[in-house]
Amino acid sequence: MINAQDINEKTPWQDLTPGGEIYEAGTARAFNTGVWRTNTPVFHAQACKHCMLCVPFCPDSAIPVKDGKRLDFNYMHCKGCGICENVCPFPAITMVTGGVPHD
Amino acid sequence: MSKIYNLKREVEKPPRLTGGHRLCAGCGAGVVVSGVLRALNQEDRAVVVNATSCLEVSTFMYPYTAYMDSFIHSAFENSAATCSGVEAAYNALKRRGKVDGTVKFITFAGDGGTYDIGFQSLSGAMERGHDMVYVCYDNEAYMNTGIQRSSSTPLFARTTTTPVGSAGQGKKQNKKDLTEILVAHNIPYVAQTAPLGNFKDLHTKSHKAIYTEGPCFLNILSPCPRGWDYPMAQLAQITKLAVDTCVWPLYEVEEGIWRLSYIPKKKLPVEEFMRPQGRFRHMFQKGNEWMIEEVQKQVDQRWESLLEKTGA
Repeated sequence: MINAQDINEKTPWQDLTPGGEIYEAGTARAFNTGVWRTNTPVFHAQACKHCMLCVPFCPDSAIPVKDGKRLDFNYMHCKGCGICENVCPFPAITMVTGGVPHD
Repeated sequence: MSKIYNLKREVEKPPRLTGGHRLCAGCGAGVVVSGVLRALNQEDRAVVVNATSCLEVSTFMYPYTAYMDSFIHSAFENSAATCSGVEAAYNALKRRGKVDGTVKFITFAGDGGTYDIGFQSLSGAMERGHDMVYVCYDNEAYMNTGIQRSSSTPLFARTTTTPVGSAGQGKKQNKKDLTEILVAHNIPYVAQTAPLGNFKDLHTKSHKAIYTEGPCFLNILSPCPRGWDYPMAQLAQITKLAVDTCVWPLYEVEEGIWRLSYIPKKKLPVEEFMRPQGRFRHMFQKGNEWMIEEVQKQVDQRWESLLEKTGA
């Protein structure tokens, strides 16, 4: 059985899964949508109170949480929409121009 | 889930809608869908059914799926029928002891796939009483194909098929009140919600809908920065204004009992919600004041009637 990561434009149709089925979960995670960014959110960990208000508002599930702590952005999936900066009650997220994270 | 909602505990769960999907930056649908799926108990599995929509073409592009659960898409008009079929098959297998564990059935469709094209299959599935949740993420037009008007598009809104010019000033017809139509199906649970604040409203309603036996319906406002023409970073602000102006009231109907979920401390005038959106821009031109008055009048009427139904 062919895996999602081995399927590309050059894969012959005979090798594709029947009916266009996918047998693995969450294969989209391997796809880089971070290159879409024209603006980039920057996370200031020292200002973050881990209130988590930004997490459910991220359309791209690009804000990881572990053991009660909000971690830095997943820049492979973040599209730079800036919703998180707008819902953050603290100065913990600022948007910078351009697709690359920098302070 | 314990009875008290705790955002910190909920966001600790691994997301069931992953990143890497191709929804536009700032899309409300991604926020709505991950919010609904977060309400599943972590140990339970789900079958996600999707009508053709922005969501479907963006989250399930072969060989990429953004779902951690099983997913099925067949067509625009039959997502509720597809879901009810899968649910019936599951029940048959369960009776024969061939599947175990809890599996929940959730359909996502946009307003085009719900208010218009998928309406017959939705109505049928609800009437037949399948144990499923149908979630409409309502962005008020056919955004996927280029912002054409749907029966969910509000009065006077500009779309590509209701353009603004000398011949017309946006949509001439009213928005259909689908939530109330679903209430009239006499199903166990119907609710209207939106992504707001700490997501308590969206989460508790989703959890209730998923874990109430029988057919349940959620209508969730899902702002679209492209179609509504507002700055994409303003999703939370736009949604809040929709709720505070009573354009999109939050309520639920459980076993026939109407309950208002939120009464704004100060009911804002509708123009507060409309001004930031390009689709309503023509209404602020000189000579078009009557349009805003008309919308305000209708919103007030519907709000009063909702207050009456909920006894608030």
